[in-house]
Amino acid sequence: MPFFEALRLALQMIRAQKLKSVFSTIGVFIGVTFLIGAWSVVNGMNRYMTEKFAGTLVGVNTFHLRRSPNVNFDVQDSVWRSWRRRPRIKFADANAVTKILTVPVVTAWYSEDRGSVEYNGKVAKDITLEGATERYFDIMNLTIGDGRPFTPQESKAGTTVVVLGYDLAHKLFPDVNPIGHSVRIHGIPYRVIGVVERQGNLLGISLDKFVVAPALSPIQREVNPPGVVDALIVKANSEPEMREAMNQTEAIMRSRRHLRPRQDDNFAMETSEGVLDFWNKLSRILYAVGPGLVGIALVVGGIVIMNIMLMAVAERTREIGIRKSLGARRRDILRQFLAEATALATVGAALGIVTGVGLSVLLQAVSPLPASVSPFSIVLGVVVGGGVGVVAGVYPASRAARLDPITALRQE
Amino acid sequence: MTALQPFRTGDTPLPDIVILTHKLARDYDMGGEVVRALRGVSLQIRKNEYVAVMGPSGSGKSTFMNLIGCLDTPTAGEYWLNGQKVSDLSDDELARIRNKEIGFVFQTFNLLPRATALHNVELPLIYAGLPARERREHAARALTSVGLGDRMDHRPNELSGGQRQRVAIARALVNEPSILLADEPTGNLDSATSAELMQVFRDLHHGGQTIVMVTHEHDIAAHAARVVTLRDGVIATDQLQAA
Repeated sequence: MPFFEALRLALQMIRAQKLKSVFSTIGVFIGVTFLIGAWSVVNGMNRYMTEKFAGTLVGVNTFHLRRSPNVNFDVQDSVWRSWRRRPRIKFADANAVTKILTVPVVTAWYSEDRGSVEYNGKVAKDITLEGATERYFDIMNLTIGDGRPFTPQESKAGTTVVVLGYDLAHKLFPDVNPIGHSVRIHGIPYRVIGVVERQGNLLGISLDKFVVAPALSPIQREVNPPGVVDALIVKANSEPEMREAMNQTEAIMRSRRHLRPRQDDNFAMETSEGVLDFWNKLSRILYAVGPGLVGIALVVGGIVIMNIMLMAVAERTREIGIRKSLGARRRDILRQFLAEATALATVGAALGIVTGVGLSVLLQAVSPLPASVSPFSIVLGVVVGGGVGVVAGVYPASRAARLDPITALRQE
Repeated sequence: MTALQPFRTGDTPLPDIVILTHKLARDYDMGGEVVRALRGVSLQIRKNEYVAVMGPSGSGKSTFMNLIGCLDTPTAGEYWLNGQKVSDLSDDELARIRNKEIGFVFQTFNLLPRATALHNVELPLIYAGLPARERREHAARALTSVGLGDRMDHRPNELSGGQRQRVAIARALVNEPSILLADEPTGNLDSATSAELMQVFRDLHHGGQTIVMVTHEHDIAAHAARVVTLRDGVIATDQLQAA
C-alpha cells in the first residue's frame, strides 16, 4: 500500500472518530502548546533582557560602582550578610574616582529611595526619589521633553530644583504645565524645571514615576545617610575604555580602602553584562525545566496514543484479518497503523501550534512581555509531535502487522 | 477427463493442474498436546474444475481451506498453486499469492463495515498497487458484473445478505485469481438467496473459473462437479458427479 493511501485511510479514520481522536491527541496538544508558548515567552524575555532591561538598568559601556551588586539572583545568606557589612560608597570616593580616572569618561553619582511627592494637596506615593549629579540624565539616556535638566551649578549648590518623570508629572499636573510650579518632597518645596520624556515600562513596572533632584539638595537626607551615595556611574566611550576605567577604579578604591593584595574587593562594579548574568542564570533554569515539562506532556501524550492504537488494533483485528486475506503484507498493515498514530499526533501537534502561537500573541497583547514565536519552535513542534506519533505507533502497529490472518479472521 | 497421474515427491505438476497437494499435513500445538488436523492430503485440481470439499466438523476441512488459501503453512508436504510451490514461501510472498491467485468468499462475507461496496472491492487492487483511477474502474466493473452497479456507494449494512455476498464475490474476482475459494458461502443466506448464489457460481464455472467450495450442506455440494470428502484429516472419498 503506498504511503499516500495509508495517510488517506488514517485521516478517514480520524474524521470518522472525531471525539475519540481529539481526546487521544490531548497530551501531544498540551505538550506542543506549552513548547511553543513557553519557548516564545522565554525567547521574548531573552530579547527583552538583552535589549532593554540591561540597557535601562545599567547602560551601554557603563559600569556602576556600588557597595554590592544591585541586580542579583540566588545569593547565599552569608554572602548577602557580608555585602551588608561592607562600607558604603562615599561622596569622597566618588569624587576621587572621577578625579583620578585617566580614561575619558562621563560620571554621575546618584542615590535613590522611595517616597511621596506632593503638589497642592495631591500626593503621589511610591515615587522613586533620585538625588543625582547633572550628568545623570545623559548617562541614563533620560531625554528632557519639556523644560531643562539642572545645571552643574545647581547640582553643586544643591538647589531645590527637580525634574519629574512623565507619569508623575501627568498625575500631579493633569491640566497645567508643571514647569515653574513647586512640588513638596518630605515637606521641602522644589521648583519643577523639567519633565523627562516617556520611558515606558520594564516588566510591567512604570519607568516614569520618579523625580531627580540635585544630589546635594536636601533630598540627600531622605535617600541616604550623610555623605553616602548608592552608586557612581561611569560611562566610557567604548568597551575597552570601560574595562580600563574599571581597572583604574578598582585600584583607586582598593587603595582608598587600604585593602591588602590578598583581600577581596569590598565594593562591586556592575556592568550590563553583570545584570545579564542574572538573567542568564534564570533562563538557564527555564531552559532546563521547560523541556522537562514539555517532555512529560509528550510522553503522556505518546502513551495515550499508544493506548488508543492498541485499542484500535484490538477492535479492528477482524479488519486486519480481512486485509491480510486480500493480500496485505505485514508492512502494509504496519504502515496503516503507523500512519494513523502519526496522523493523530500530528493533528494534536498542529492544534498545539495554533494554540501556542495564539497564546503568545495574546500574551504579547496583554502583558509587557515581548513574546515572540520562533519559527524553529514551530518546526520542532511538528517534528516532535509527529515523532511521538511514530514512537507511540510502532508497538501497536507491529502487533497488528504480526497478527495471524486465520486468528484475526475468526475474531468476532 | 483423463485420469490424473500420481504425484511423487520431487515432481512438478502438469501445466493444467491449478492446485496440487502432496501429503499435506498440518499439526497444531494446543498447549503441549499436538493435534494432527491434516494427516497427509494428496489432491490435484485441474483448471476450471468445480470442487466441493465436505466433511463433518473436526475433519480438517477448515485447516485444508486455510492451507489452500495460503493463510497458513503446512507442517509437512507440498502445495503447488498454478505451477508454483507455495508451501515454503515467506509471509510476504504468501500475501502476494493471496492477492493475485486467490479470491476468498467467506461465510460471514468479511466486508469492511465502514467502507462502501466500491471501496471493499477496491481493497485487493490497493494491495496489488494499482493506481487509484484504474482501481475504481476495475472495481466498478466487477460490481456491475455481479449486478450491483447501482449499489456501489452503499455500505454493507445497507445491503441484503445476498447483496453482501455478491460484493464479496466481486471483491474475490476483481484481481482475476486462479481459484475462487468459498468457505461455507451460503451459511448465512436463506435458501432462495443460496440458490441465486449457486447460479452465480455455476455461471462463473461456465466462464472458466476454477472454484473450490467448502461446505457441509449436501444440496450445496451437489452443485459442484466433484466432491471431496475429508474425514479425520485424510481424504475419505473423491467423486465426480453429474452437474
